[in-house]
Amino acid sequence: MLVESPPEQRAETAPAPPTRRAVRAFGLLLAVAILVLVALASIAIGAKELSLGQVWHGLFEDSGTYGDVVVAERLSRTVLGLLAGAALGLAGAVLQALTRNPLADPGLLGINAGASAAVVTAITYFGVTSLSGYVWFAFFGAAAVGALVWFLGGSRGATPVRLALAGTAISAALYGYLQAVMIMDEAALGKMRFWTVGSLSSATDSTITQVLPFLLTGTVLALALARPLNAMAMGDDTAKALGADLNRTRALSMLAATVLCGAATAACGPIVFVGLMVPHVVRSFTGPDLRWILPYAAILSPVLLLGADVIGRIVARPSELQVGIVTAILGGPVFIFLVRRRRTAQL
Amino acid sequence: MKTTNRAVRTPGGLSLRLDVRAVTVVLLLIVAALVAGVVLIGTGDFPIPAADVLRTLAGEGNPGQEFIVNELRLPRVLVGLLVGASLGLGGALFQAISRNPLGSPDVLGLGQGATAGALVVIVLGSGSANEVAAGALVGGLATGLAIYVLAWKRGVHGYRLVLVGIGVSAIVTAVNGYLLTKSDIVDAARAVVWMTGSLDGRDWDQVWPLLALTAVLVPLVLVNARGLRMMEMGDDVSYALGVRVERVRLLLMVAAVLLTASATAAAGPVSFVALTAPQLARRLTRSPGPNLLPSLCMGAALLVVADWVSQRAFGAEQLPVGVVTGVLGGVYLLWLLVSERRAGRI
Repeated sequence: MLVESPPEQRAETAPAPPTRRAVRAFGLLLAVAILVLVALASIAIGAKELSLGQVWHGLFEDSGTYGDVVVAERLSRTVLGLLAGAALGLAGAVLQALTRNPLADPGLLGINAGASAAVVTAITYFGVTSLSGYVWFAFFGAAAVGALVWFLGGSRGATPVRLALAGTAISAALYGYLQAVMIMDEAALGKMRFWTVGSLSSATDSTITQVLPFLLTGTVLALALARPLNAMAMGDDTAKALGADLNRTRALSMLAATVLCGAATAACGPIVFVGLMVPHVVRSFTGPDLRWILPYAAILSPVLLLGADVIGRIVARPSELQVGIVTAILGGPVFIFLVRRRRTAQL
Repeated sequence: MKTTNRAVRTPGGLSLRLDVRAVTVVLLLIVAALVAGVVLIGTGDFPIPAADVLRTLAGEGNPGQEFIVNELRLPRVLVGLLVGASLGLGGALFQAISRNPLGSPDVLGLGQGATAGALVVIVLGSGSANEVAAGALVGGLATGLAIYVLAWKRGVHGYRLVLVGIGVSAIVTAVNGYLLTKSDIVDAARAVVWMTGSLDGRDWDQVWPLLALTAVLVPLVLVNARGLRMMEMGDDVSYALGVRVERVRLLLMVAAVLLTASATAAAGPVSFVALTAPQLARRLTRSPGPNLLPSLCMGAALLVVADWVSQRAFGAEQLPVGVVTGVLGGVYLLWLLVSERRAGRI
């Protein structure tokens, strides 16, 4: 886990030949098309099935029929899934590039734990009961832990091992706190056990408007980091020789990842594997160039998240399986398959 | 290090290399664990001075003290010592086999697997303590088996083992979260206490199976540890030196899984002992290699001390020992990072 990416993943940041670029651009369009289909499915499928005509009516000719109300409700859920999915995918891709660890994820760096600890604090000690209230706590918890991991793990020359150790240490300490609170306070336990599985079901328009500014900022920042992160992938010395500002790139990457994960986690709870899986899969067909990995990750991660949400609604009718559980059950085996497929030297 | 190695030779040609520092550390840790145990026996609503505890243990106490010591507190302390020792040794084995300091049972998901087994018993039925322990044992063993099978590919390589473990752990964690949302709040509260790891209410029923298992496993592990030390040089070198790498690895992994699973069945997944005990032991002995015996003693000492802290530190509110090990372990790792950073290492 704590290894540098293999040489063939680091090399090649030169412009790809035109045909290859065309293929990648076409692939991106294809990905967008898939995303649109999954988003439509997410609106149409649920406890009440809607036809495409009803979906169309609800989206564009809303006249307040029962179908339109259902569409409006599922729309906010779908939009949140789109935003959170893209955020997790981008954050995962940035973290993996930053730590040069193809299997890094927000959980490993303690960001989920930070958000969780802040939420339980909000519920227990500040009496916050609504999602729109603890969004802010979760966000600042994630940001604080991100900063702390950054300070402890790497302000002077981050290495993958240091970052991972710092993240693990902070997570462990915070989970101890979390469990102590849940043991002493049954009300906190009652709420936390639903929040910690990760779900889109409580999405509302106000959730979306609250996390949107953070997600947009983080997205822009992440996309802007593609070039400097590409340079850093060639190794610190080469990157320095090429004129890259290592510390600034690292700090901004950590900031982008924290903002994205913090906001997504605040809104949906900790969702594992999306940020880990999608960039990993994407890299297998785009190659190591982050200018392609980031857009692909931003489009395909919501496909995974929304797809998992739809599956969760289908398999457990009439209730539902929370999306965080579905992504873990789907993502786990794929992750293990990927680990098995890699050659020993690459692990 | 060179000056502290002594070779002990017998006339028959057997020889044993002893690291004086490591031996000292082991002895000191054993003393520390026993002292902490005596203090812990003396601690509670009815405090008993250490001298009386020793006298009672020797069979010369008054009847009241004998009941409290032998029936109530001694088994709890013994369970603590055995669980800590099993976790320390199990953690050291896993870290050596995976060649990764983060390759502890917590990270690999054995604790999560055991938790899943226990949760199924707690949530779906409302099982007794022994049924919960059995569920945890089955869950832990099944998870260990799954990790080994999934990581197997012409041998089980270290990093693949850790990564497969992380994958399995994530799946099982999700299942656990789901089971918690399905349970009613009373079961959920009971499950969370179990999931944290606690020594509360442990008696002789838990001592005997643990004792029997460790009595078999610890010697087995120590006899086979020679190969483990060579395996740190890499599989190819070890093969060349005559170590049957895969056999040793399988044997030691089975032992490590059994140790961890039985400890978890007795006390719940007490976090961080398996991760930190080997690291602490290694820092004390300053010797490379698996440090199995020092890790075992360190685990036992750590857990008993943590249990004492959990009874004393929070006033009337008694928290399970897992909370203490979690917080202490996290703080320890933070301190480690800060000091390493200051010293410019890592």
